[in-house]
Amino acid sequence: MAPARVRVPASPMRQTWRRFARHRLAVASACLLAILMLGVILGPLLWRVRIDDIDFAATLQGPSAAHPFGTDDLGQDLLARMIYGGRISLAVGFAAMLVATLVGIVVGSVAGMSRRLVDPALMWVTDLFLSLPQLPLLLLIIYLFRDRLKALFGVEGGIFVMIVAVIGGLRWMPVARLVRAQFLSLREKEFVEAARALGASRWEQVVGHILPNALGPVIVASTIEVSAAIIAESTLSFLGLGFPPDIPTWGRILFDAKDHLDVAPHWALFAGAAIFLTVLSINFIGDGLRDALDPRRIG
Amino acid sequence: MAGFLLRRLLIAVPSLLGISLILFTVLALAPGDPFSEMATNPNVPPEVRESLRASFGLNDPILVRYLRWMAAMARGDWGFSFASRINVDTLILQRVPTTILVIGSSQVVALLIAVPIGLYAGIRPYSLLDQVANTLAFVGFSLPTFFTGILFILVFSIHLGWLPFVYQTDLAASGWRWWWEGFRQAIMPVSVLALFQAASYTRYVRAAVLDVARLDYVRTAQAKGLNPRSVTLRHIARNAMIPVVTLVALQMPIVFGGAIVTEQIFRVPGVGSLLITAMLANDTPVVMAVTFVFACLVVLFNLVADLLYGWLDPRISF
Repeated sequence: MAPARVRVPASPMRQTWRRFARHRLAVASACLLAILMLGVILGPLLWRVRIDDIDFAATLQGPSAAHPFGTDDLGQDLLARMIYGGRISLAVGFAAMLVATLVGIVVGSVAGMSRRLVDPALMWVTDLFLSLPQLPLLLLIIYLFRDRLKALFGVEGGIFVMIVAVIGGLRWMPVARLVRAQFLSLREKEFVEAARALGASRWEQVVGHILPNALGPVIVASTIEVSAAIIAESTLSFLGLGFPPDIPTWGRILFDAKDHLDVAPHWALFAGAAIFLTVLSINFIGDGLRDALDPRRIG
Repeated sequence: MAGFLLRRLLIAVPSLLGISLILFTVLALAPGDPFSEMATNPNVPPEVRESLRASFGLNDPILVRYLRWMAAMARGDWGFSFASRINVDTLILQRVPTTILVIGSSQVVALLIAVPIGLYAGIRPYSLLDQVANTLAFVGFSLPTFFTGILFILVFSIHLGWLPFVYQTDLAASGWRWWWEGFRQAIMPVSVLALFQAASYTRYVRAAVLDVARLDYVRTAQAKGLNPRSVTLRHIARNAMIPVVTLVALQMPIVFGGAIVTEQIFRVPGVGSLLITAMLANDTPVVMAVTFVFACLVVLFNLVADLLYGWLDPRISF
């Protein structure tokens, strides 16, 4: 008798991808985000208008062939400014996410692996940071340290470093809590015990066995961090306390546009829509990843 | 109950201390000096500046300065606003009622939207309404408040001309017209905040209802033949609201952030816009005091959340 054909189970990567692909909105969002990112990365190569070409003959114009997104009150081309600003907004989002995730993983793993005083102390600090009023504190730190960092890293770099550090430094708590919770259950599992019995050091247990298994929820949480960081940066710039006027991030464009809403609504609408679409697509991708990375799901 | 209250209050003290320590560290590490303006002023000799510094205690060790700052904050001695030329506590007290009015009513509106929708979506998960509500909730909390505010102004003030977009405290009207005008100008700021919050509250309510609806006692109630309406309202909703109450209180830091932005867009004269104006005017005492007030309010709301949770849920032991 011929052996029955055994269906080879799909690899975990493929299964994850299949579950992600089932979330249609998430797939559409991933495409949208990819288009947006390609647009801001390749945009300057295709659209060679300088962001600071002032043209007083064409101020506050609506979209046209010469200026697809219209112009602002100095006649500067908004498409070029949006592309430039998008680069910064997205870079801030991803960099701040990296900072928050790294800090969160470190704090969470240390708390999750220690059994005595360190864990409660770190969790107390985490709860403390969770109960800080984020936006006021963010504004306060930027207000107080703006000038010194400008002197250290230059106008653009200084603000960038500071905004990334502060947003990242105020948003690591959810990741830390997640990582700790995962560690608490994983460190008692048999495979970790086996590794321990084979003489794996603490570091090897964490890096080789526990952390890789704890990453699923962390990836989901850090996806959401990107959109939170983009919103935080836009909020700062919108309040006039983020990047200076010559660096047109999306929030800054909205801030400049809000006094001309009656004559030039396109100015605000393009920038606002860009922020909204980016954040929305990242949130949907996070939702899709949550479905895809949940190990309890089969299929 | 009294013991529980006391224990909770005692737990709140270290977090208040921790927050004040963080705030003070930020302040102490910050470059700049309240007397730097005098340094550039040729009419003030360096010796005078130095003795002023000494008299304000700026040369003391940092721990002494922290303790003195704490004592002053606790006494309500928050300094003097450089820009407005009045005491900071008077200035803040003038602004607090407006902010509380805007935040409070937006929370009420948000819950009025979120609770019915979340309840319905949670009872019929994966139904059409649930999916629509879920998608709309995603849209809702992906729309930053500053963009919704601008959209509202564009549509309702500029395009349709229905609502004023600048908030005025001294309305030129009296009697019921005053109330009407006040109501009209509050619509946009309140609804911008409310829509943003309603989006996340809907998801909380849905999750809480989903958790409760599959418990045994609900099935018992249904099996007894109670009509579905009263099972939903009296059995499911009441218990599902317990975690929601806590979550609403814990959302306060985000709500304050939203209030700062909204107040700035619609020029509502509240605490949030005071903070921004003070920052743009380099008015450090006001900036510090407003941040501290926000921090205290967050701790207060955490405490309220804890207490409400203990009061609403008899399973929590005091």
